[in-house]
Amino acid sequence: MAHILLRHRDIPDINTLNVYKKNGGLAAFKNAVTKMQPNEVTDVVKNSGLRGRGGAGFPTGMKWSFIDNKSWPHYVVANADESEPGTFKDREIMEGNPFQFLEGLAIASYAVGANASYIYLRGEFWELAAFLDEKIAEMEADGYLGEKLFGTDYSLKIYTHLGAGAYICGEETALLESLEGKRGQPRVRPPFPPSVGLYGKPTIINNVETFTNVPPIMTNGADWYKSMGTADSAGVKIFSLSGRVRKPGNYELPFGTTFRELIYTYGGGVQDSRSVKAIMPAGASSSLILVDDEKILDTKMDYATVRTIGGDLGSASVIVIDDTVSIDWIVNKTIHFFRHESCGKCTTCREGTYWMSHLTERIHDGHGSTADVDLLLNVAKQMQGKCLCALGEFSTMAVVTGIERFRKDFDKAVKA
Amino acid sequence: MSKQVTLTIDGKQATVPDGTYVADAAKMVGIDIPVFCHHPKLEPVGMCRMCLVEIGRPMRDRATGQFVMENGAPKIQFMPKLETACTNKVEDGMVVMTQSNKAVEGQRGTVEFLLTSHPLDCPVCDKGGECPLQNLTMEHGPGKSRFIYDEKLHLDKMVPLGELIYLDRERCIQCARCIRFQSDIAGDSVIGFDERGRSTQIISLSDPGFDSVFSGNTSDICPVGALTTADFRFGARPWELDAQASICTQCPVGCNTTLNTRREAKSGGDVVVKRVMPRQNEEVNEIWLCDKGRFAYHYAESKKRLTKPQIRKDGKLARASWDAATKLAADNFLKAKKDFVILASGRLSNEDLFNLKTLSDHSEGKAYLYSNMAGGELTSLVGVGAGTNFGKMGAGTAIVVVASDLYEEAPIWYLRVKQAAQRGATLIVLNPRETKLDKYASFVVRYAYGDEAKAVNDLGKKSKISDAFLKAENAVVLYGSEGLGVSGSASVASACAKLLHDNERVGKPNNGLIGVWERANDQGAWEIGFNSEEDLAKVLKGKSVYIVGADPVADDPKLAKALEGAEFVAVQDVMETATTEIADVVLPAQAFTEREGTLTSGERRVQRFYPAVPVTGDAKADFSITSQIARHMGVILEGTSISAVFDILSDSVKSFEGLNYAVLAEVKPQWPIVGRGDMYYGGTTYENTQGMGVHLSAAAGRGEKVSISRVEKEAAPRPKENELLAVPVTKLYDRGTTVMPAELLHERIGEATIALHPDAAQNLGVEAGQTVNVSFNGVSAEAVVKLDDTISVGVALLPRSMGIAIREPVAVKVKA
Repeated sequence: MAHILLRHRDIPDINTLNVYKKNGGLAAFKNAVTKMQPNEVTDVVKNSGLRGRGGAGFPTGMKWSFIDNKSWPHYVVANADESEPGTFKDREIMEGNPFQFLEGLAIASYAVGANASYIYLRGEFWELAAFLDEKIAEMEADGYLGEKLFGTDYSLKIYTHLGAGAYICGEETALLESLEGKRGQPRVRPPFPPSVGLYGKPTIINNVETFTNVPPIMTNGADWYKSMGTADSAGVKIFSLSGRVRKPGNYELPFGTTFRELIYTYGGGVQDSRSVKAIMPAGASSSLILVDDEKILDTKMDYATVRTIGGDLGSASVIVIDDTVSIDWIVNKTIHFFRHESCGKCTTCREGTYWMSHLTERIHDGHGSTADVDLLLNVAKQMQGKCLCALGEFSTMAVVTGIERFRKDFDKAVKA
Repeated sequence: MSKQVTLTIDGKQATVPDGTYVADAAKMVGIDIPVFCHHPKLEPVGMCRMCLVEIGRPMRDRATGQFVMENGAPKIQFMPKLETACTNKVEDGMVVMTQSNKAVEGQRGTVEFLLTSHPLDCPVCDKGGECPLQNLTMEHGPGKSRFIYDEKLHLDKMVPLGELIYLDRERCIQCARCIRFQSDIAGDSVIGFDERGRSTQIISLSDPGFDSVFSGNTSDICPVGALTTADFRFGARPWELDAQASICTQCPVGCNTTLNTRREAKSGGDVVVKRVMPRQNEEVNEIWLCDKGRFAYHYAESKKRLTKPQIRKDGKLARASWDAATKLAADNFLKAKKDFVILASGRLSNEDLFNLKTLSDHSEGKAYLYSNMAGGELTSLVGVGAGTNFGKMGAGTAIVVVASDLYEEAPIWYLRVKQAAQRGATLIVLNPRETKLDKYASFVVRYAYGDEAKAVNDLGKKSKISDAFLKAENAVVLYGSEGLGVSGSASVASACAKLLHDNERVGKPNNGLIGVWERANDQGAWEIGFNSEEDLAKVLKGKSVYIVGADPVADDPKLAKALEGAEFVAVQDVMETATTEIADVVLPAQAFTEREGTLTSGERRVQRFYPAVPVTGDAKADFSITSQIARHMGVILEGTSISAVFDILSDSVKSFEGLNYAVLAEVKPQWPIVGRGDMYYGGTTYENTQGMGVHLSAAAGRGEKVSISRVEKEAAPRPKENELLAVPVTKLYDRGTTVMPAELLHERIGEATIALHPDAAQNLGVEAGQTVNVSFNGVSAEAVVKLDDTISVGVALLPRSMGIAIREPVAVKVKA
């Protein structure tokens, strides 16, 4: 099947404006601006069942319809911070198929009445930012961005903005703070960005992949999109596969594809033909799914079904852990990441990740006791439900599920 | 009144204004929800996670929007997670549980998390005894530590953010109260966070460090011992301190303070002031103090304090009895007849000034206010009216600031005017150069030095600015003495008063004129009938002079010369000064910390201060000394009971009518609630239990007929070709008698400066930082060049009280 998002894999040079246009590009945006009312655009996206690809899976069209029309101006922001360990799909989209992403961002901007939109990229993406700036300039020169587009009253400018290297800036309100030039720290929600966002104005924030889905939906219709995937999760998803697999990489597949298909059919199976011990389906923020039964691998990957096996699909960055790995090592690595990335704003996460990292380190180094494992679990649970943002919550996932589902690994570590 | 909302907190019903946060609503009904980052004066951030509570809301049916009923009452739906009481606003029917097992567990968890990184060095911490973290640990914290690591984070314990505030990095709990105070309330974003996660640290972002005149307040609202003042650091334990209500005497704002005192070995067992703390008065200073008020109290304990009366014998001052000293003064004043002159300053209390004025009225003498400013008779006529409160001003009020740099002259007014502007008041700033307040102004008018009155008059003429001014229902004008002497400020004051009077913005609450005076009680002096005088040298020369609370010899060589030629000089002061050195009689007065009295603020609020420390030596209260002199002159004045003097004053001066010490000591409930057992809520500021003071009435408010005539000022001097027009400006930290003994402030006082336009400096061939000679009228002094491109090329700014005697605009020569 031809790719819908990773079209550069099928069409050479689609990252040039000419080739993109020759393949139907930008027609959807022009059509929306010249022939559709903004709310009609939102309705199509709503009907398509498209859900946010950043991790939360919130229905995209519904989010757009929440924009507060009593307060102006409106902004649209593309979250290109892509910082979840194990997630590397947005980069490939922006490098390979940039215009489809930009077109999706432009359509979203039209749908919510934004005349200025921003792409917030992680600091390491500085070359990509320069690349996108060129693409934006080409679109401006060609009349697809700028003042009074296609002879209508609608104007749109798109700007790129680089972060400074903080995982937390992928959290939407921390991203907004950073975009405003402040410290990247999350805001208290509510109010949510569609009411109070960038510079205090209504703002829609979506992931790069989410926007990239929009042009084909506008071109082919909501029903076409819904025909792919599952009832719960429509369409296609880019799965970033990594860990102990033979062929790690991005795989664009319909929702509902099983873990087994992803790992064995596409990923070439587990290295050294070992067996799968655990799966982290959403990067470092994942619960550790226990694969003690081969049937687990036949679970369909969509938002609802993954929940039934004690995990969350999140951004679908599937990390495969085989039976050579001790889970206490994974947990230690994960907690060090969160401790390093905790922004420090709320006590729970700032002190909790710090404390947990002390414990995981001690356990992993073989100096821990059973009491330390119990305490680690207790501290993680003490954090749950009390953090300011999701980062702190996510930091506990691997710990809690790791200890509860793989207690033996920890017991072995403290006894050794 | 705003909409009221009724909710239930721990089974108690609370009806509070819509928009109130749950933590504040609980406080209003006497329930303390523990907080660290939340402060009722700051916008909530929900960072510390201390105020976790269970919140339930009436459930609505999704389809119909109607409440879901259960047993005849709306069904309450509790959220699965605990919520922060500081970020959630009240809703009708909301149910809050602050003491449920789940909530208590959450609060306990947060304290435990905080303690994993906190050093627990309470026994050596300045905050110990008044520390929110200490208190909340006792109340909510776990008894034992589960954080079993000897490698507890160790960080620097003595980081100077500036020379006034020290940071202990280990103790900081990253609540950001200090950062938010500086950016949101003070408007000086000079401190911030650096790094992230557990490495998050407070740093100073300015050079010099912590460059704000409000820095001390951060140590009050810091919920741990992370921020301490260089002044009080390691000074005493809070529980050893006594507390006495006082009023700050450094400027006309009249901030309410509490003096913390204790006996100290270092001071030979004497009781001394250990620190000055804010005392809540939401109508004056809220819960804030500027750093000058907080740190410049040391003069009362100066080694140069006068302790005994002295009489000049054989050219030298020698100890004398009170009777002999006052008799000698009285004899000379009687002998002088019409040549008896009283020169008194606004450092004195209302009662002191009243006795002095009465003495001059009942003898043949004259009384002058030692001030470079005029116009106080007009503020008394047109107000501000009783009930004026910057804290309530917002949309619908115009605030005009003319010829004043409020940040330097009256910092707390700056802070309150700024906030009023942020709430929507129309702020109009008229000043010849850029000042910090410009940033918050709706309109900024630049005029040339000398055109002050014209700039004010123009507000009465049709323009966009005057439209905005007149559109506002209420109007307050603050005028100062930037670039002005007595005659100039008289002219500005009359222009302001006329503008207000012509447009009926007088005598009512939030209407009228405010003088940004040099001293705390200048307004009181004007109310009592004192006037300032343009040519003081002339009125002093050859006279028998009674100088009270002023140091003209040090201030101005012209006045020193005039006093050399005086017939007789009696000086009554707290400290040895250049003027006491030339005196024939020296009379030691009590410092304001040693006695009681009242002061009248620039907003015309009369407020009481109380004795906090024992009297130094044989010093007496000024009103009492004056009464003793008067008795020798055959004039009977009350000299024993200060409240009796005040009663006579309120009987004699109309604006004081009906006031007495009991009325002045009354308090009313204030919001936010501060200073009680729960220091974590409002900080260590003191609750006001000793009096909020009372506004004086204004003639216009009493319905008296008021007429304002325009006062023309004397022509400004015309600089010759090789001269500049030097104008006086006011600096917060100057070399004033009451400031210099605070050594901590010396770095901020700095050297005498002269500000020039860069082009003027170039013409003179001088550079920034270079020392130049400034000369005029027999004055010759050194000053360091500063550049200011917001002034005009022909003008030089000379700060007052910095060693160069400038009382009014003068033509000066500047040489490299």
